Amino acid sequence: MSAVLGFLRARTIYALILLLAVFVVGVEIVRPGTVTPLWASNTILFAAPLAIMAGGQTLVMLTGGIDLSVASVATGAAYLLATNASSGTAPAIGLALLVGVIVGIINGIGVALLRVQPLVMTLGTGLMTGGVLIVYSQHMLASQPHVPDIIQTLGAGRVFGLVPIDLFLWLIIGALILFGLQRTGFGRLLYAVGDNREACHLAGVRVWRVLFANYLLCAVLAAIAGLVVVGGTNAADLSLADSYLLPSVACVVIGGTSIFGGRGGYAGTIIGALILTVLTGLLTLLDVSEPIKQILYGAIILSLAAAYARLTE
Amino acid sequence: MNDAPPLLHIRGVAKTFGAVRALRSADLEVRAGEAHALMGANGAGKSTLVKIITGVFPADDGEMTLAGQKVAFRSPAEARRAGIVSVYQDPAIVPDLTVSQNMRLARVSTEKVKAAMRDLGVERIPLATVAREVDFALLRLIDLARALASDPRILMLDEITAALPADLSERVFKVVRDFRSRGASMIFISHRMAEIAMLCDRATVLRDGVTVGVTPTKGAEETIVDLMLGSDVAKATTAPAARAGRPETAHEVPALEVEGLSYGHALSGVSFRVNRGEVLGVAALEGQGQEELFDCIAGVRRADAGEVRAEGRVLKLRHPADAIRAGLVLVPANRLVSLLPQRSVQENVALAAFGRLRSWGPIAIGEERRRVDMAVRKLQIDTRAAAEVRRLSGGNMQKVVIARWIAAGFKTLLCFDPTRGIDIGTKKQIYALMREIADQGLSVLLFTSELPEIRLACDRAIVLFGGRISSEMPAAEADEARLLRAAHGLTRTEAAAALA
Amino acid sequence: MTDAAARNKGASWRALARAGRFLGMPLLLAAAMAATVAVHPDFGSFEIQSLALGALPLALAAAAQAIVVISGGIDLSIGSMIAVSNVLSASLMQHATFGQSLALSIVVLIAGAGQGLLNGLVVAFSRIPDVVATLTTGFIWGGVALLILERPGGGAPAAYLNIGAGADFWPWLPNALVLMVVAIAAIWLPIRLSRIGLLIYAAGSDPVAAFRSGVDVMRARTIAYVFSGIACAVGGMALTMTTGIGAPLAGAYYTLSSVAAIVIGGVSLAGGRGGMVGPVIAALLLTLAPMVLVFLGIDPNYGQVIQGTLIVLVVMIAGFFAFLQERK
Repeated sequence: MSAVLGFLRARTIYALILLLAVFVVGVEIVRPGTVTPLWASNTILFAAPLAIMAGGQTLVMLTGGIDLSVASVATGAAYLLATNASSGTAPAIGLALLVGVIVGIINGIGVALLRVQPLVMTLGTGLMTGGVLIVYSQHMLASQPHVPDIIQTLGAGRVFGLVPIDLFLWLIIGALILFGLQRTGFGRLLYAVGDNREACHLAGVRVWRVLFANYLLCAVLAAIAGLVVVGGTNAADLSLADSYLLPSVACVVIGGTSIFGGRGGYAGTIIGALILTVLTGLLTLLDVSEPIKQILYGAIILSLAAAYARLTE
Repeated sequence: MNDAPPLLHIRGVAKTFGAVRALRSADLEVRAGEAHALMGANGAGKSTLVKIITGVFPADDGEMTLAGQKVAFRSPAEARRAGIVSVYQDPAIVPDLTVSQNMRLARVSTEKVKAAMRDLGVERIPLATVAREVDFALLRLIDLARALASDPRILMLDEITAALPADLSERVFKVVRDFRSRGASMIFISHRMAEIAMLCDRATVLRDGVTVGVTPTKGAEETIVDLMLGSDVAKATTAPAARAGRPETAHEVPALEVEGLSYGHALSGVSFRVNRGEVLGVAALEGQGQEELFDCIAGVRRADAGEVRAEGRVLKLRHPADAIRAGLVLVPANRLVSLLPQRSVQENVALAAFGRLRSWGPIAIGEERRRVDMAVRKLQIDTRAAAEVRRLSGGNMQKVVIARWIAAGFKTLLCFDPTRGIDIGTKKQIYALMREIADQGLSVLLFTSELPEIRLACDRAIVLFGGRISSEMPAAEADEARLLRAAHGLTRTEAAAALA
Repeated sequence: MTDAAARNKGASWRALARAGRFLGMPLLLAAAMAATVAVHPDFGSFEIQSLALGALPLALAAAAQAIVVISGGIDLSIGSMIAVSNVLSASLMQHATFGQSLALSIVVLIAGAGQGLLNGLVVAFSRIPDVVATLTTGFIWGGVALLILERPGGGAPAAYLNIGAGADFWPWLPNALVLMVVAIAAIWLPIRLSRIGLLIYAAGSDPVAAFRSGVDVMRARTIAYVFSGIACAVGGMALTMTTGIGAPLAGAYYTLSSVAAIVIGGVSLAGGRGGMVGPVIAALLLTLAPMVLVFLGIDPNYGQVIQGTLIVLVVMIAGFFAFLQERK
């Protein structure tokens, strides 16, 4: 038994995959016949935007920070896309991504240059963005919001009726993140800055550049995630991505990245996103009320995070 | 000397952290009223043993008896209640509380604390001062006063005089002697043989997590060193002969030139040069400006006035990257400051390559591995715990820092007290390395708090006093007496009196 | 200059800085009030009562957050805990008499303490960092709130709802303000003046040094969370008084705003520093801002933007000054 634990401790990714398998089996037990290729396809479809948002969150948490504005950015990007679609698809997408760029820059200035704690800074920018959206929504009564076809395809489309299109986007982004973290100087620096910022400074690294680029990247990824979400739901509303905030942090933590920085990676986050999506599906199958589902979801995340913390002691 | 039964008896204690066996089988026996030294190289397990005794974490194996009763402390609070108190290099003083509040934390009576503070000469610090605003060296004395005030049965002092100015160290010794005469025991950890011979009765030596010997300290210096190193290593490393000094070639552009450097109250108009192929030593007592000097040259702090020239070129130093680009690289005293604790040896050594923006792209892994391996081999770094640098011993950690610069390339190595708290074997390796660096035509600027090292490792020496250079001499003349005299800014007769 | 003279000069600068920190927030409040009256000369005792009553729940949320942050942690479940107390009190007291409602208040307080205890135990024993732990427990408490009241509803006896209304002592001293001061003092003073307060500050300032000095850091932090739970319970009941009902989703605003209030109020997120006065005044300021917007005729929808921007600006400016200090 301890040999198995030892193995899992060394290669925690296997522990995570095992956990995912357990939940999938759980789904099949609760309602036999659910686990089909279509079900898998749906799961991946819904996990993709979460995983993309969690990718940005992984990058930020590797440096010992956190980004609580990702939900507002995603919502903002989605909303801006929908309300500007009539002016043309490309400009609308551009505006949507611009939300990410602007918020990312503000976060970058605060955290990287002015050394504000990321928690507080992103809390503030999240509030700010949400507030701006409220004002914007009041004044944008003119055109009928709609989601451009291409985004709908991205968010809800499938190839051969089975393979979700957003999986391809996820794969591209995922590959870039994985490669970036393992094999590029920037990735190395993320780990290094998260582990000991002062050491990087003494070694001649201009730390503020690394952090600035990082928060910018995270916000842009959140914006992209928002586009995928709205493509799936095909409706623009002001709390579209609110429910993604906790899960985006949870996937990263469950996936093995330390919130203190310097350790972890995206591979775990990917499995974490799948686990959380399957978990949400599992809870939907249970015949319980919404509040109970919410409580169970939170309790399970708590247990997973605690178990993970013990495993990697 | 003292045949009393042991007050504290530790047998076969073991402790493993993940893959690292910090202690394999440690024994320690401390009698009542004894001052017992605990010695060993870095990584031998001294601080692990101390932490187990004081309840910071439990042992995996072995047993501990205190006054005949079996004990196993689960927290420092429990150990305190049993009468075992320790004072570490990092004072256990909470910075945002006042001095008196810190005293209340440990539940010690104010009178006893005041008495202890008087003995240590720090009674003038108002108790309502916030600890953060008190000078670091004084905080350590306050920590000691608090420990003494709790009337412990066993007092543990971990490197208590490290980085303490000589006058404060004197006070500590006096108080420690008084403490012993009251019948309490003391466990004393230090690397300084002179102190140990002066203060302690017996010494227990640890090596590789095992107790390898217990000996009375009188005249046993060689024995202790042998025990610490293990006989083969002891024979192999001989003290390097005093440097002959390299003839100065006035026409050569010096590797490093400092002119008129000033920084706040710490430095006033410091000027000196380091020639190519030279090891220049800097000697100074605590707080004479040496830290600011090194920081200014390395680009960590910005000087108020003066010039720094590398190979004749004036440098604009606003960030460590500027100094590094000019070939000036810093090895600080506290290796934890410049290392990435959770990252591998490879990542740590390769870190300096990522200062430039263009290094953000894909890494040439093969090339990097080659450079890192070369540096690791050159420094003989023990990479058994290569995955996480924090598992390495202090000496190996310091070597990783130096390896980083070997891999990155440099012109002048700025070493600030690199061998502080490091075992003798590694110290000698580092000196040999510095000599090798100089022989290759590069340069070293070395500050050391241990004066005998100057003669062993350097070609020339300068002495810093009150932010100014008070003396300059070739290594052959740099004996302890002359250095001490210059370090105090004293004349010949005053120096003689000080040493008496 | 001589050593002693230099030390004295340093001491007087430090005393000045300390005085500045002490007086800063009250001065800011006075300035804000003056500006408000300038903008809206009709600002009278009724408006002050609205301000105090409106700020009451936030002030308690800020107090709750301050206690936890001083102990070295953070509590992102404060909003949800307030929601739970809000719906719990509103559903329990719906058909109660005034006397019964007071007794039921004790029940709510105990429930709040229990929530805080759970938070504390999770943070202490699960080894999950407090950000993640409280983010998740907040989610759970949110579910609990929905469980108690699926939709806004419930109520309380009129006498209970009127505790915070009006100004029984002096026209310019709203009952709500008295309630605020009394409640927060009742929670904070026992901590501050006792050994527990010392332990909490120590745990937040430097947990390692505290541990070595014999402090049970985890116990101190758990106790901080318990007190936070109690303050949130009062905050939830205050919300019942303000709105007259229980709303399961009412809490969301308070989590973020409590962090804003303590940051503006001078409590260091690093722990070990700060007090109650700053955050409470910050809560008043944060509640005043939307009121001033209304007076100025600005669209109240701008409220959240302004609050968010205010937080961002305040922390950026504070960060900027800290940055300048460090470069010296």
